Amino acid sequence: MMVLILLVGIFQSWNIALSIFNLCLISAVMTMGANIQWGYAGLINFGIMGYTALGGLAAVLISVDPVQEAWRAGGFDILMSLWLIVVMVLVIRFILKRFEKSKIRTYSIAAIIISGILLIRFSAEPGIEAIEAVDPAKTGFLGGFGLPIVFSWIVGALFAGGLAFIVGKVALGLRADYLAIATLLISEIVIAIIKHEDWLTRGVKNVIGLKRPAPYEVDLQTTDWFIKLVEKFNSGKLSVIENLADRQAALNQLVIEGSSVFVKLCYSGLFLVVVIILLILTQKALYSPWGRMMRAIRDNEEAANAMGKNVVKQHLLIFILGSAIVGIAGAMLVTQDGLFTPGSYRPMRYTFLIWVMVIVGGSGNNFGAILGGFVVWFLWIEAAPISLFLINFFTAGIPETNALKAHLIESVPYFRFLLMGLGLLFIMRYRPKGILPEKIEIK
Amino acid sequence: MDFINAIILLLNYIFIPGLTYGSQLALGAIFVTLIYGILRFANFATGDMMSFGTMMTILFTWYFQSLGISLGVLPTALLAIPFGIFFMILYMLTIDKFVFKYYRTQKSPPVQFAMVSIGVMFVTQAVVRIIIGPGDRRFFDGEKFIIKAREFKEMTGLNEGLALKSTQVITIFVTIILVSLLFWFLNKTKTGKSMKAYSDNEDLALLSGIDPKKIVLVTWVIAGILATIGGALYGLDKSFKPFTYFNNMLPIFAAAIVGGIGNPFGAFLGGYVIAFSEILLTYAYKKFFIYVLPESMEPEGLVQLLSTDYKFAVSFSILVIVLLYRPSGIFKGKVL
Repeated sequence: MMVLILLVGIFQSWNIALSIFNLCLISAVMTMGANIQWGYAGLINFGIMGYTALGGLAAVLISVDPVQEAWRAGGFDILMSLWLIVVMVLVIRFILKRFEKSKIRTYSIAAIIISGILLIRFSAEPGIEAIEAVDPAKTGFLGGFGLPIVFSWIVGALFAGGLAFIVGKVALGLRADYLAIATLLISEIVIAIIKHEDWLTRGVKNVIGLKRPAPYEVDLQTTDWFIKLVEKFNSGKLSVIENLADRQAALNQLVIEGSSVFVKLCYSGLFLVVVIILLILTQKALYSPWGRMMRAIRDNEEAANAMGKNVVKQHLLIFILGSAIVGIAGAMLVTQDGLFTPGSYRPMRYTFLIWVMVIVGGSGNNFGAILGGFVVWFLWIEAAPISLFLINFFTAGIPETNALKAHLIESVPYFRFLLMGLGLLFIMRYRPKGILPEKIEIK
Repeated sequence: MDFINAIILLLNYIFIPGLTYGSQLALGAIFVTLIYGILRFANFATGDMMSFGTMMTILFTWYFQSLGISLGVLPTALLAIPFGIFFMILYMLTIDKFVFKYYRTQKSPPVQFAMVSIGVMFVTQAVVRIIIGPGDRRFFDGEKFIIKAREFKEMTGLNEGLALKSTQVITIFVTIILVSLLFWFLNKTKTGKSMKAYSDNEDLALLSGIDPKKIVLVTWVIAGILATIGGALYGLDKSFKPFTYFNNMLPIFAAAIVGGIGNPFGAFLGGYVIAFSEILLTYAYKKFFIYVLPESMEPEGLVQLLSTDYKFAVSFSILVIVLLYRPSGIFKGKVL
């Protein structure tokens, strides 16, 4: 796999190779999260997109500086609504605990929820409008806490874990394929909220220019040590050029290229650390008594239950853990891009593609998950160039003006779907356990 | 007078669009529910199969248009639908033979089927995009309106206009015919009854001499008809875009589950439940109240329960609530 990425580096450019590598790492983290749920416990979670987006939201809320003006304009109303929600939840919990299950209880809870939503909608309306009116071209939202963005990786995990707790409480009792549909739809609801609550997330207006944990290219290009470093690396190439002005121009070009490679390398380092930590933790968990218990629950729920294991609680726990890992990946993704675009969260890319990675890599095997993340992401990106090459190869005899050939070349970007689909189908058929199947060592 | 105005307003903005959208969802939902009841898996490729059928219909519409064949005031697509259905069924049977059959003979768990259907979803999406491209396409021709809003106003002297698009009438009309035929088939013919028996208890059905191959074949044929017509009607009414079709899969699933999955009649009603709740909850009732209430009580805001951005979220929330309180659906389907 690394060889393939190195080949891209040599033939296309180091910049592309590194950005593929970074996204491979992020995909690997997401896949590990999904793999914990599916491979360890047999829980199917099609809501990966929702947790990814929540992680991204965490990155925004942590790193953006607070917008004082917006807080003054509508902060009070928002806090009041938040307070109302807390009161509502507490009242419902109280009713659930105090009263026996009955029709009246169900209806009164429904009434509380509906009237609460109406109340919040009407009380928060002026505040939300005031916030969104504050310089809408630049801010128009409450902003965040202004902390370094790396903290958001932890907060993203907390957010996603929190959502997973709610979803798990609600949906985990459902049979497998219903759970899949329910989580898919819940994640769509999450995306709808993130897209349209502009006071919190700026919605489809996107948040751009987030802080970075890595230096900026522009700063690097004017730093002395970095220019010297680039000069040293390319001394062979530079010394060939005789003319001093030409040499300076070439050096400038190299510095500009080198700076973006350097920034991407910084990200790669950070992401690698996360992947390695997660890999160690998940491997430890897999071979611990807890991991054995999870497999027992997965393979035979009734038997595990009869042995005194609390299946419901363990399912909820692993659902939260896996989702939290996906949340980390979501925050990492936004950190790398430096921007948060709620409109770009689509189930194809963030749910189904991740599932292809899990299945192809090998469910229940952490190395398989990482391999799946790498292979599938690499193919997803490189599918277009590969299929372009193949089309040109097979239609070499046909003139350029041929309508069919032109049409095929035009639709090259969509061959990635074909490749993914066929890959998934073939793996499911001939190697249902994935490239690296689950290995259980009994020590 | 004001009262009639208010009724016309609701008819124009809620009832007719709801009925149309509901019919389109209902056809898709019956498709999902049939596959679920008889082949026993949640088909994630639903939306994309519908877009495949629609694509075939569009290709034939273009072909007929280039030949100069048209139906006059009716859209040419109606003529192309049978050909679309033929190719859709062919595609489905091919996929069944090469993909689903293996897992059926292996008696794989439903989850594995769902995963496989995701593979089919990817492939179908690619095929559609490669053949017709990802863009927005309109293939409607013929007379657009049966009643125009302005003409209606002049005719009746009311303030509110009632616009009736021909696609809306066609959608409702075709749905009624198709669904009544389908229920007649399922309830009265021998094949339909054996399909029901197979869905209720596979082993018992096999023992009583029902041929599973025939059941599967007939299911795919019906599914192909439903998918193509449902997709083509949606495309005629709005427009054809592969991505929208993929997204439509979600309210269709919601409709099927709300109606009780495995129960075709429930799915049919579920489509309307989802469509009407989406429209009722996101419609701004300001104008309606202005007509109905005396002037002193006129509302200031839009009187909208939820903003239209949450249209999809409404149907999903309904689904989640139904799953929690009545997992077998409103109209008793299979128990989960």
